[in-house]
Amino acid sequence: MAIEVRIPTILRTYTGGEKAVNADGATLSALIDSLEANHPGIKDRLIEGADLRRFVNIYINDEDVRFIGSLEAELSDGDQVVILPAVAGGAL
Amino acid sequence: MLQIDQATYDAIVEHAKRDHPVEACGMVAGPVGSDRPARLIEMVNAAGSPTFYEYDSTDLLHLYREMDDRDEEPVVIYHSHSATEAYPSVTDINLASEPGAHYVLVSTREHGNNPGPVEFRSYRIVDGVVTEEEVTIASSTEAAEESS
Repeated sequence: MAIEVRIPTILRTYTGGEKAVNADGATLSALIDSLEANHPGIKDRLIEGADLRRFVNIYINDEDVRFIGSLEAELSDGDQVVILPAVAGGAL
Repeated sequence: MLQIDQATYDAIVEHAKRDHPVEACGMVAGPVGSDRPARLIEMVNAAGSPTFYEYDSTDLLHLYREMDDRDEEPVVIYHSHSATEAYPSVTDINLASEPGAHYVLVSTREHGNNPGPVEFRSYRIVDGVVTEEEVTIASSTEAAEESS
């Protein structure tokens, strides 16, 4: 099973500069473990404790995973996954 | 140094004043590698807050897809502070994730929605380190000539 994962600029240090890499997994959680196996350190940038980091957005076929089960969201062959850090901040 | 044309500068200031006291946020995209802020995109502050901003996650995906399709990248990422100075907060620094972008902060604390000068400052934020940089405003014609 191959799923294309688009990597944002800030995380390309883990992928040798690659903008997209292949990974596999039946759930987002498994996919992230598969990413970690090939790109050590990346998991910690995506997950905090047992959850997706608050300011990291992951999309499966353009759907924000928070609306479709978060780390338990299901994946199938050919799905496209996009990772984007939130653009956020503020005075406090 | 951030070089920005007058029309884009004015549009950012106008956006910040219009949304005051809520923090306004947006981006100016430019051709990849050009460091030229060319296309202003106002974003909705999904937090709707006077002390926090966040792009809506769906809007964010659309924005990045659109930039990809147009061979653009984020050149300026701007937001306003409505009660404090135009300097990155700890939150701004921790969440900055585009090391190649100019982070522009506008403070509307002095005049709010009304006419009057604002603080308009630009920074690089890389690995938690903030470096302020000079802002140079070119007339829109000059900027267009320079890029042609």
